[in-house]
Amino acid sequence: MTQHTQVILAGIDFADPDTWRLTNYLKRGGYKALRKIFSEKISPEVVIDEVKKSALRGRGGAGFPTGLKWSFMPRQYEGEKYLVCNSDEGEPGTFKDRDIMRFNPHILIEGMLIAAYAMGIRTGYNYVHGEIWDVYERMEEAVEEARSAGFLGNNILGSNFSFQLYNHHGYGAYICGEETALLESIEGKKGQPRFKPPFPANFGLYGKPTTINNTETFASVPWIILNGGEKYLELGKPNNGGTKIFSVSGHVNKPGNYEVPMGTPFAELLELAGGMRGGRKLKGCIPGGSSMPILPGEVMMNTNMDYDSIAKAGSMLGSGAVIIMDETTCMVKALERLAYFYYEESCGQCTPCREGTGWLYRIINRIEHGKGRQEDLDLLDNLADNIQGRTICALGDAAAMPVRAMLKHFRDEFAYHIEYKKCMV
Amino acid sequence: MINIEINGKQLEVPKGSTVMDAAKQLGIYIPHFCYHKKLSIAANCRMCLVQIEKAPKPLPACATPATEGMKIFTHSDQAVLAQKGVMEFLLINHPLDCPICDQGGECQLQDLAVGYGESASRYQEAKRVVTNKNLGPLISTDMTRCIHCTRCVRFGQEIAGIMELGMSGRGEHSEILSFVGKTVDSELSGNVIDLCPVGALVSKPFRYSARTWELSRRKSISPHCGLGSNLIVQVKQNRVMRILPRENEEINECWLSDKDRFSYEGLNSEDRLSKPMIKRNNQWITCDWQEALLFVVQNLKACVSQYGGRAIGALGSPHSTLEELYLLQKLVRGLGSNNIDHRLRQSDFRADNYQQGIPWLGMPIAEVSNLKSILIIGSNLRKDHPLLALRVRQAVKSGAQLSIVNSTDDDLLTKVAQRAIVAPSELVRTLAQILKAIIEYRYVEIADKIKETLTKVNVTDVTRAIANNLVSNQPAGIFLGNLSQHHPNYSEIFLLAQEIAKVTSAKLGVFGEAANSVGAYVAGAIPNRKLGNLTTNGEEVGLNAIQMLNAEAVSACKAYILVNLEPEYDTYNPQSALERIKGAEFVVSLSSYKGNITDYADVILPIAPFTETSGTFINTEGRVQSFNGVVSPLAEARPAWKVLRVLANLLELKGFDYETSEQVCTELLSDYGNVADHLNNRINEFTVNLNEANVNGIERIGEVNIYQSDPIVRRASSLQLTRDAHYPRAIISPSLMEKLGLRVGDKITIKQGVGESQLEVEQSESIPDNCIRIASAFNQTATLGGMFGEVSVKRM
Repeated sequence: MTQHTQVILAGIDFADPDTWRLTNYLKRGGYKALRKIFSEKISPEVVIDEVKKSALRGRGGAGFPTGLKWSFMPRQYEGEKYLVCNSDEGEPGTFKDRDIMRFNPHILIEGMLIAAYAMGIRTGYNYVHGEIWDVYERMEEAVEEARSAGFLGNNILGSNFSFQLYNHHGYGAYICGEETALLESIEGKKGQPRFKPPFPANFGLYGKPTTINNTETFASVPWIILNGGEKYLELGKPNNGGTKIFSVSGHVNKPGNYEVPMGTPFAELLELAGGMRGGRKLKGCIPGGSSMPILPGEVMMNTNMDYDSIAKAGSMLGSGAVIIMDETTCMVKALERLAYFYYEESCGQCTPCREGTGWLYRIINRIEHGKGRQEDLDLLDNLADNIQGRTICALGDAAAMPVRAMLKHFRDEFAYHIEYKKCMV
Repeated sequence: MINIEINGKQLEVPKGSTVMDAAKQLGIYIPHFCYHKKLSIAANCRMCLVQIEKAPKPLPACATPATEGMKIFTHSDQAVLAQKGVMEFLLINHPLDCPICDQGGECQLQDLAVGYGESASRYQEAKRVVTNKNLGPLISTDMTRCIHCTRCVRFGQEIAGIMELGMSGRGEHSEILSFVGKTVDSELSGNVIDLCPVGALVSKPFRYSARTWELSRRKSISPHCGLGSNLIVQVKQNRVMRILPRENEEINECWLSDKDRFSYEGLNSEDRLSKPMIKRNNQWITCDWQEALLFVVQNLKACVSQYGGRAIGALGSPHSTLEELYLLQKLVRGLGSNNIDHRLRQSDFRADNYQQGIPWLGMPIAEVSNLKSILIIGSNLRKDHPLLALRVRQAVKSGAQLSIVNSTDDDLLTKVAQRAIVAPSELVRTLAQILKAIIEYRYVEIADKIKETLTKVNVTDVTRAIANNLVSNQPAGIFLGNLSQHHPNYSEIFLLAQEIAKVTSAKLGVFGEAANSVGAYVAGAIPNRKLGNLTTNGEEVGLNAIQMLNAEAVSACKAYILVNLEPEYDTYNPQSALERIKGAEFVVSLSSYKGNITDYADVILPIAPFTETSGTFINTEGRVQSFNGVVSPLAEARPAWKVLRVLANLLELKGFDYETSEQVCTELLSDYGNVADHLNNRINEFTVNLNEANVNGIERIGEVNIYQSDPIVRRASSLQLTRDAHYPRAIISPSLMEKLGLRVGDKITIKQGVGESQLEVEQSESIPDNCIRIASAFNQTATLGGMFGEVSVKRM
């Protein structure tokens, strides 16, 4: 197997309980990028240009070009501006950000520092998912280390750049991973998405211009500054720069996080994860977290792991959570579990999601329990249509897409369930 | 301006308009639930999804800004499909209990379901059930019907100024509720009933009493506070069933205070009089009108012949109509008396000598929202004028600096920049400080009489800050509230407020206490008609309310004509008023209610409340608003203008040949001309005496409870169950509590004048030291004296 260049997890000794500490991060070349900016007097514009060149795209799921997002921040704005890290990793199947924060928290801090420098921001928040308390505590310790060492605070490393970073933990609501709900939550309100426009770049945290990026996105930045945007782009493929951490879970021998270059063939990733458990056949795979459409095994085996390839195959790279299902998986049961998640996590603000997610779940639940009706399948499809694209935030889409994809690729299995009131597998 | 196209029609809309605004401009209806023109945009119901060219998915019209060249389709296949999809979702968990739902017939969900819903439901699962909430005596809930539009939540946050309702829970389990164990107590709470697009929040008093389609809608004007809010009175079988707001952007917008909305229950009170009553040989008997009227005529004539016309005193209510008050004054003046007044709770009438015109708001009501600096002197604003408080909140929201000079520090539910909370006896001095601060700052010339006074005061930080607010933020408005108007130094307060206004170029306004506070001046229901800019023919000045009711005065009236008032509740000093009235030789009361009238009157003539007569109110901004009766008078009750007309005929007075109330109004206003020309808050300067406060004991701060202010609202049973209507307590500052050795909940005896009252103690930091706040207009406190002045306290 080829040894890939790693950007975020490089040099980490997972066996060493202190691998995350500042001293070890410094040994791995930590905070060099930040020092480089100060020593070489790299201007904020150049930093943003480098990030643009790298073709780094948002790692939280939407894949928006990071450099472009940073350039939206009104640089000349006089008042307070905010930088927010979205570490509210709640998508089922996704567990990469927690490992970044657990094993390499300083890379996130350094990435945020560089971003703040590039956009002229003095205050940042790192919103940590509420169900990973140890990671929140780890981040608190890391921030304290950085503060004591002069990497955070006023006049960082003797420059005139100052940046304060605060960790903020949520209480585990999936919806708070939606950036505007996250902002509401930081403000102390109920986590509910805001209607956009206005977008956070103009009206964000406390109504001030705000840039929000995912943990992994920030963590990629120091490498880009040290090695150049073009180098980063070359790691991956055009328009899909750099590496990506894939959280592989499900029916594989070695589930876990794997950082590989964008464009790595799925088959290679599957091999990294130890191959299919028990040597069984791959039935289906959700390539980008539970909200993304499932793809049949044979399609996946011929797909590369990057934004464009997966989109071409009919799904989305999303957060890079690869959920592997082998031939023993009951797709009805799998979808029932997914539908239940979105039903539970709907914030209840807007009608299609509040009412529709429960309806979807109840129908699928009926089918799973042998009480399905033939007309249910068309109804499910139609309801998913009525939810998707009609809601304030993307949770409606997230609930609808898995349903539509399951029915597209595994409709006969659902029909079998309804007719014979039992499972096909 | 930007050019857009809706359904093929071109139009130009201002920049910043939403698609919903634009469609409205064309008269195109886009279905919606959560959108409301007075509330912020929530975009949560998704009913207003429309197709927009080049947009990949349908967008909510309420929240999508119109952009140049945008092409919008509100009824295209894509739009209708989206709207129908949303409607289906809204209906799946809705109980569809329309046959037993009060909202039926006026339900947005019901109406839109006809257009966008299917005849059968595809939803075969169990429906959601949500437990109902106790929101208090005015709002009834059926929360299963709620569609989570959050209009009620936004109303609280944005309009009422207090978030009493919120959405808790998530997803399907989201529900609207109040804070744990709390009810909805805002004085504007009833508006959420109108805002609720379904039957989740409905009127508790009205509930299950009629179907909406059985009701006729009739226009009227509120007789309560000085605004003259526009009403729709809904009537079934000659009975007022409920009251709704009639939109008038310049007065009440689309809102109503709870007092305006729920007082109608008092109209149907069991205390209503159905027949005239007279007292013969100390026995009260009902009789016919002829007998009662002759009895009145005989007694009034006897009084006039024995003591002269001046022995007659007439007191009218500022809640009575222009026509009623006009005929009342015409009648007593016809009998040779100028003793007439409507300012029943005013105690200081010295300003009558200096006033130049009719006191009024000083500006249109709507202008209050546009002020940048506001000083309110002596007002329990939220409770006295709920919708003016709303206007003040609007102003503060758009940046106005609000300053308060008052004797109680009540929460106005808005940001108060500066507050001077002082004992009533310190109010005048505080105003003098503000004036002095401005003069020090601006070096403007003022009258010597006043300048001299100012040498005796020292400016404090707070009064300097208030002065600064007024000087630096324009336009500014200075307003005198009810507390100022009742205050024993109203003249000084008025004068100093005027001087402050003059040197800051602020406008001065007087919050009209009642619906016809301005109209009563126009009608001449004042002892000196000059005050209303009326021709006086050199007639002498009669007795004002306080003189007529002063128990210590010599020249007391021998006979009283009372119209639409209960002296024990509606006067400044009930103790003195009752003693006077009880001591009179003859008292006739024209009243809709029996109340305690039999204790002091000799004859009671049942009159119709505002819903049963035509009439006119002139509101605090000088707006003349006439209305018709909406139901016929109860039993033998008759409109007061008719009663007065017949009485005058029987008294053989000239000029009482009216057939209709319109004739009365026309006669009055045709000579008078434009009301606006006579409104004037200017008063001539006089020397203000700033002697050290002459209060040794504890000072009373009197107020009128929001739901005790007039005879109708006192009988509105549901309002009487609200928190605001709580029985009166003695509210005392912590330091005075300590000084008196009192604890919360102690019973104390308050002694004032010759009477006393037993009250429970409540501690509040909103009261200045050495003061005790005691509401008047309650049975429990009607034994006390004036609303201000010294009281003594004894622990029971």
